[in-house]
Parts: sequence; C-alpha cells; structure tokens
Amino acid sequence: MHPLAETIQTRFPDGFLSAQEWRGDLAVTVKREALHAIGRFLKDDPDMACDYIVLVSSVDWPDEEERFEVVYEVYSIRHRHRIRVKTRVPEHDCYVDSLTDIWPGADFMEREVFDMMGIRFNNHPDMRRILMPDDFPEGYPLRKDFPLQGKGWRDTFDFLNEGAAS
Amino acid sequence: MAHLEDQRETVYKVDPANPETKDLPILRTEELLLNMGPQHPATHGVLKVILDLEGERITKSTVVMGFLHRGVEKLAEYGTYHQFIPHTDRLDYVCAMYNNFAYCRAVEKLMNVTVPERAEYLRTIVAEVQRIIGHLFWLGTQALDIGAMTVFFYTFRDREILLDWFDELCGARLTTSWYRIGGVERDFTDSLESKIRDFLAYFPPKIDEYVVFLEKNRIWLARTVGVAVISAEDALGYGLSGPTLRGSGVDYDLRKYESYGAYPKCEFSVPVGKNGDTYDRYWIRIEEMRESIKIIRQCMDQMPKEGPVMAEVPSVTLPPKNRVFTNLESMIQQFKLFSQGFDAPPGEIYCGTEAHKGELGFYIVSTGGGNPYRLKIRSPSFIHMGAFDYMAKGYMIADAVTIFGSYDIVMGECDR
Repeated sequence: MHPLAETIQTRFPDGFLSAQEWRGDLAVTVKREALHAIGRFLKDDPDMACDYIVLVSSVDWPDEEERFEVVYEVYSIRHRHRIRVKTRVPEHDCYVDSLTDIWPGADFMEREVFDMMGIRFNNHPDMRRILMPDDFPEGYPLRKDFPLQGKGWRDTFDFLNEGAAS
Repeated sequence: MAHLEDQRETVYKVDPANPETKDLPILRTEELLLNMGPQHPATHGVLKVILDLEGERITKSTVVMGFLHRGVEKLAEYGTYHQFIPHTDRLDYVCAMYNNFAYCRAVEKLMNVTVPERAEYLRTIVAEVQRIIGHLFWLGTQALDIGAMTVFFYTFRDREILLDWFDELCGARLTTSWYRIGGVERDFTDSLESKIRDFLAYFPPKIDEYVVFLEKNRIWLARTVGVAVISAEDALGYGLSGPTLRGSGVDYDLRKYESYGAYPKCEFSVPVGKNGDTYDRYWIRIEEMRESIKIIRQCMDQMPKEGPVMAEVPSVTLPPKNRVFTNLESMIQQFKLFSQGFDAPPGEIYCGTEAHKGELGFYIVSTGGGNPYRLKIRSPSFIHMGAFDYMAKGYMIADAVTIFGSYDIVMGECDR
C-alpha cells in the first residue's frame, strides 16, 4: 500500500476502508463519520500538509446500497503529493460533514455537489443551489435517473410571440 | 413637505445605546444592497453580484451564477470520449486550445496512450501561443475595466495576429478543436512555421510597449497596487491556482511539478509574486508571456523535423484522414470510433493541466464502455469566484471589478 494510505490507516483504523492506486493516482475510501477528522489530519499534520484543495466532486451509483460517492482531492505544496479522499452515503440519509472550516474553498464546490447531486453538507455556511435556479423543481440534474432533456419544466415557460410584434 | 420632514427624522436619529452621542444627530447607517449585473458592462459574461454596502465599502458579497449553465458534465455522459472535444472549446471560449489539451491529456492518462514526440512539441507550442492569447485578452480587458483604455487596442492588435495563425492552423479562430486524443489533428505547414518565427521576433518589444502604458500610469498603479490582497495560506485554502495563486508567493505550476508535453525539455522559470495583490498578478502574467516566448522558441529549435503527429493505437486514436478515404480498415476504425467509441478500462483518474487561468482539471470515472460514467471539470474560474466574498470585503464598489477581473474569469467555464 502507498505510505500515505498506510499513515491514514494507522491513525484512523476505524474510519479507513480501502485504498486504490491506479495510473499513479492515490484514492482512499473512508467512512463518512471519519471524513471530517481525516480532512483535519490531512491539513494539519506536518507530514501530510495538504493545504491546497483541488476539487470536490460526486458520483452516483444507483444500483448500490450506498448510492452516492463524495470525492475530495487535496494537494500538498510542501511535499508535492496528491490524495483523493472518497466517502459513500446512502440515498435515504444523504448527509456528509462539510469541510468548509478546513478548506474555505470547499464552500462553492460543496454547493455545486448539492446542486447537482442532492447531497447535503452538515455545518455548511450557505447550503443553497449555485448553478441551477433557486426554484428549480426537477431535482438534481447529475443523478443517473435524471433524463438528459429534463423533466418538462421548461416546456411550461411562456414564450414571446415574435411574429406578432412585427 | 411633511413627507420630507419625516425622512429627516429617520436620518438624524439619536443612538440611545451610546450616551456619548446622545445629543448629536447621527447619520442613518442602514446597509445598502446593490445588484451588480447580470448584464453590467464590466462583468465578464453574465454574472450577478449582490453587494452589501456600508457607504461605498463592501461588507458582504453574494455571487449569483449559473446564467450560462449548459450541463456540459451531463452531456459528456451521453457521448463518446472523442465527441466531447468540441464541448471543451465552449468552456473557456477565449482559450479553447488549452481546454482541448487538458481534456485530451486526461483521456490519454485514462487510456494509457503515449503521444509521439513531434506531436508533443506541436501541442506545447500551440498551448503556449494560447497562453499568450489568454494573457493578452486579460491584459486588454482588465485595463479597460479599470480605466486604461489604450492598452486594449494594442493587445487586441497582437492577439489578432495569433488568431489568424490559429485560423490557418485549424480553420477556426476561437472554437478550435485541434487536439485529438493521442495527438493533434494536423501538422504545421511551412507557412505556419515561418509565421510563428516571425511572431517570436515581433512580439517581445511589444510586451515592453504594454508595460510602458501601465507601469508608469498612476491610475493603473493606484487601482492595482495593494488591492485585493490575499495571503498564500488563504489562497491555498480557497483553491486558487495559476497566476492568482503565484501572485501570493506560492510556487505551484503544473508545467514544472507534474510536467507534461514538451515542458520537461524546455528551460523556463516560473514567476512568483510577493504581495498577493492585483499588481503582482498582472506582473506575473506579463512575465509569463516572456517565458512563453522562450518556450516556443526552444520547442521550434528542438522539435524533430518529421514524424507522426498521432499515436498509432488503433483501438483509441483516429486514423489519418488520407487513409480513411483509401483504406477499408481505416474507414471501419473511423466509423467504429465515432459511432461506439473506444472501450475504456474501469477506473478513475484526475488530470490537472496548467492553463493560463489556473489548474484546469478533468476527473473522469469510467465503468468501461465508450462513454465516461462521470466527468467532472475542475474549472479555475468557478473556484476563484469562491474566494470573491473574502477578497472583496472592505474594498470599494469600483474595486469589485478589479478583483474578479484579476482572477481572469470567463463565465462559460465558470458555469459550464
């Protein structure tokens, strides 16, 4: 196993689930209860020092028990290493602890995850939609059960009759 | 008249909580809400910012975006990997080449494809030309927003030369789609090579020309020096990248530290600022243009004179066009790649590329088959806007334009 994954495993034996290495990327899957503590450890520990947040993303696996996956990727400027931390949540209890207090840049990216996938973040300062309209009624567009052309909301819009104007 | 009297009553209200000022009339200190945008001339693209003002100082700003949201990430899941290349043009539409480059690199990492040497050099040259275009565009519009109009005409004159060069290279000025997975669409012609060499001789004195307009301009200095300062620690926490991060003194450039293309074979330095203000970000972009010239010159000299510009991996890369029309197998290969795509191995990768705005990354999850299962675009513009509220606090309304201008945001990439 990658030494960084081993460090996380020894520090968080209960929270650590698995580690994958593929094409040079290191990804660590953790329990969601431990996500915030591991995030804090990655930022503050001098051997980790992951001070730069790269991205927050999410993946939908509709056929699995724990349907959604939240992905954080962080980078250390001092040690020049990258770690991807992933956690899974079931659909009926779609909550993850926000990491905004550790990396303030997670604010907008977590809002985007909420907007697109419907995963909510505890202790987030401003949990609103960000790209879709606030009154968007059709749910969460990046879920796999959302049709590409939408659910018909936009068919209800009034259009200006351009022919009548001239 | 009575109405006016009422108003004065509310304006000069005595603050009962403060006994010192009990007898003094004080001004009303309610906060004012100002909508900036969605179609303000100095908001780059369609962006709305709601500013809470105390006098003319910003106390809080709420960014409202999504006016240009087209669901590109959703569209990606419904097309093959090759079909997504033209969509990447429309992310950051002023710098399409670098988006193509970042996306193709990500897919090559997923498919484990190695690009031929000549193609690597061509890619690096075009990427650096695109970086110069991006910085010229930024410099012109930022100076225009701040009130120095002249520079705009000079930078756009030189940008036009490069856009014409792109036109000759791939037939389009802005939405180029010249990069392909595993290589590039076509090789340089002799005319293109001589034109870029002419440009290398022509351009460096022009940079000094822009600098004269700005660095001795008192208005430019007053509006950039010490404006929108962010410390290195905060900049990292907010995920800023590119010149915005390097302006704060953090030496983070993927071209150096996770090198790709022909960058490892070139000698260039990464300019790093000290103060983290708008002026340092401007200075870095000027210096990066000089470095880009150096990189292009080295690539032109070192580049192998001949060689393939596309990797020969028939299951992934497209066959050359002349073979498609003369050879049955190539025809079948072309047809299968466009109708079904290639079979990607299951797995997930993240690949970041140093575009001129910052780290442009693609996170791709594959479950096998011809379409990405999930494709996430890490766009620097979106992430930079996340730091806007923090950076704008305490500055004047007019500085708001300077601040989001200094990130170099393009809303097409921000909203995706």
